[in-house]
Amino acid sequence: MPELLKAPLVVEFPFTRSLGPVQSAFLTGLRERTVLGVKTSDDKILVPPVEYDPVTADELRDLVEVGATGTVTTWAWNPEHRRGQPLGKPFAWILVKLDGADTALLHALDVDGPDAVHTGMRVRIRWAEERTGAITDIACFEPYDGDEASEATPHDGEFEDKVSGIVAPARLDYMYSPGRAASAYITSVAERKMVGERCPSCSKVYIPPRGACPTCGVATREEVEVGPSGTVTTFCIVNVKAKNLDIELPYVYAHIALDGADLALHGRIAGIPYDQVRMGLRVEPVWTEGGRYPDHYRPTGEPDADYDTYKELV
Amino acid sequence: MSVTKEPVAVVGIGQTKHVAARKDVSIAGLVREAAQRALQDAQLTWADIDAVVIGKAPDFFEGVMMPELYLADALGAVGKPMLRVHTAGSVGGSTALVASKLVASRVHKTVLTLAFEKQSESNAMWGLSLPVPFQQPLLAGAGGFFAPHVRAYMRRTGAPDHIGSLVAYKDRRNALKNPYAHLHEKDITLEKVQASPMLWDPVRYSETCPSSDGACAMILTDREGAARSPQAPAWVHGGAMRSEPTMFAGKDFVSPQAGKDCAADVYQQAGIKDPRREIDLAEIYVPFSWYEPMWLENLGFAEEGEGWKLTEAGVTELDGDLPINPSGGVLSTNPIGASGMIRFAEAALQVRGQAGEHQVDGARKAMGHAYGGGSQFFAMWLVGSEPPQN
Ligand SMILES: [Zn+2]
Repeated sequence: MPELLKAPLVVEFPFTRSLGPVQSAFLTGLRERTVLGVKTSDDKILVPPVEYDPVTADELRDLVEVGATGTVTTWAWNPEHRRGQPLGKPFAWILVKLDGADTALLHALDVDGPDAVHTGMRVRIRWAEERTGAITDIACFEPYDGDEASEATPHDGEFEDKVSGIVAPARLDYMYSPGRAASAYITSVAERKMVGERCPSCSKVYIPPRGACPTCGVATREEVEVGPSGTVTTFCIVNVKAKNLDIELPYVYAHIALDGADLALHGRIAGIPYDQVRMGLRVEPVWTEGGRYPDHYRPTGEPDADYDTYKELV
Repeated sequence: MSVTKEPVAVVGIGQTKHVAARKDVSIAGLVREAAQRALQDAQLTWADIDAVVIGKAPDFFEGVMMPELYLADALGAVGKPMLRVHTAGSVGGSTALVASKLVASRVHKTVLTLAFEKQSESNAMWGLSLPVPFQQPLLAGAGGFFAPHVRAYMRRTGAPDHIGSLVAYKDRRNALKNPYAHLHEKDITLEKVQASPMLWDPVRYSETCPSSDGACAMILTDREGAARSPQAPAWVHGGAMRSEPTMFAGKDFVSPQAGKDCAADVYQQAGIKDPRREIDLAEIYVPFSWYEPMWLENLGFAEEGEGWKLTEAGVTELDGDLPINPSGGVLSTNPIGASGMIRFAEAALQVRGQAGEHQVDGARKAMGHAYGGGSQFFAMWLVGSEPPQN
């Protein structure tokens, strides 16, 4: 049995977020060392603020300023620092009810160990030196020994130069394996052999194989070498540069039915002017040194295939 | 006594003005706007809604993984059932159908259904071309995926090259009559469409959908709810979904079997024998112009190989015999996650006689259609101005 391939797959994108009026005021407030909450229909103060009442669904727009000090309502120790977390060392996650608020905010508490945290302890905000209008403008919370002081006071939410959007980067780390059938295919292609698998039920030859027939739902095991020549069943001429793709424009992206395969695979056609590529063109793969895949397919010079011979594969 | 289904009525419809970027609102604010307009249209309040069913495009398209969690308060779903539906580009259609089934089965009396997308907060082309290890990167985006199938359609039917440009020219002109449409190209001409650059030959720039921010909401209710409706409801006469794999030996990308089966199911439910004569208009999912003639055949409005002839003869124009996409369609407005629901909602608007400047005279039966994935998910409904007979 061939080696099962595995490789890391990182999916990462800097998503942007328009904030809308409430989050815009909240995050701009943090930049100005002002914590804003919002008043609900029944006079509760929610911090962080939300746009719509969680009970009545009413639109909420009455902002208030609350204290920079508060009380821990519950907590969890975070023993190991992970990428993207605050403080760069172990810390406590806390839910903290700021003075004047009726709900708690999630943040980090800077203490040396779990023995230094307890529900009901008093804490205050440690502001970040550089503030941009983000939740990280609160660097963390720290222990504080003063009593509950501040009341919520009305605030118009107006600031100079308000933050209206943020970047919210997302990143997912996977360990990807294409599975048995695709691993075998990828390995054989690297050895310049095109090997598909035949379905024991409908006899169709799948390339690339997926280990099961999508129509019959049964496992495929019988290996079948196909090609290497094939027929262009259809194509498009690409004039759009894709970010992660280093192919000179224009180029031809084609569906190619390799001889003996029951569906087309996809490849690039070269070795012929792009505007002379046509359906029915006979092509063969061209490998470059060390390439895992054929770099492209080029004309074989044979006469074009008759439409009737490949129309079921279009 | 046999148990019959509860007839389902559309009594509220709301859309945002679709644009390239709604930077003034959060996603919550965007969906709220569409939902409020639907409630207003139905003259109902949040308290009248029994359940909420939402849909959006695949998660990577805007990076919101659990919209149902984040949007429950904006959509008044607290204390009520809330579900999310997930079928790629067809999601707006399947979301409406799930909501409709909740009413038809008498699980709920009145359901809010909504679909949305803020394409400006991400990049759909990135979302469609993740760098999967061991795979050869060849292409990015939906245009390159669908263009070879358009070429296959042209070869199979002998359709002349200019058909696609006729569709785009029509849809962009229709959009000028729809205040909610994204693209309002006041100086559009056929020559301009035909002179626009080829992106993925045979698909031109002007024959490609835009990238939009927008939301669409509908309120579906039972017979009792319809009786209280201040405005004429649209009645659901049939609705169906079908799926098939993205790729399999024998798949017909030009006219997928799942699409044919889905349409046949809808017609059977609605008692439609001859869709071309009995249906007054259709809002069908046409992200690239050539998909109009392709779907005309797939949906049974034309014989195989004949769809392009309807387009060429002007049958699908707003004043034609079978108007297609009077709203301007996906070619003029494409918040992907919402695009299917907009088709369904526009069909309902037409049979309610409320489509304004893009109203089709005397529209009594209209079809809404959505597809998604690699032409693998289909969702359709047929709505009428009268309650269903069966
Ligand atoms: Zn099989």
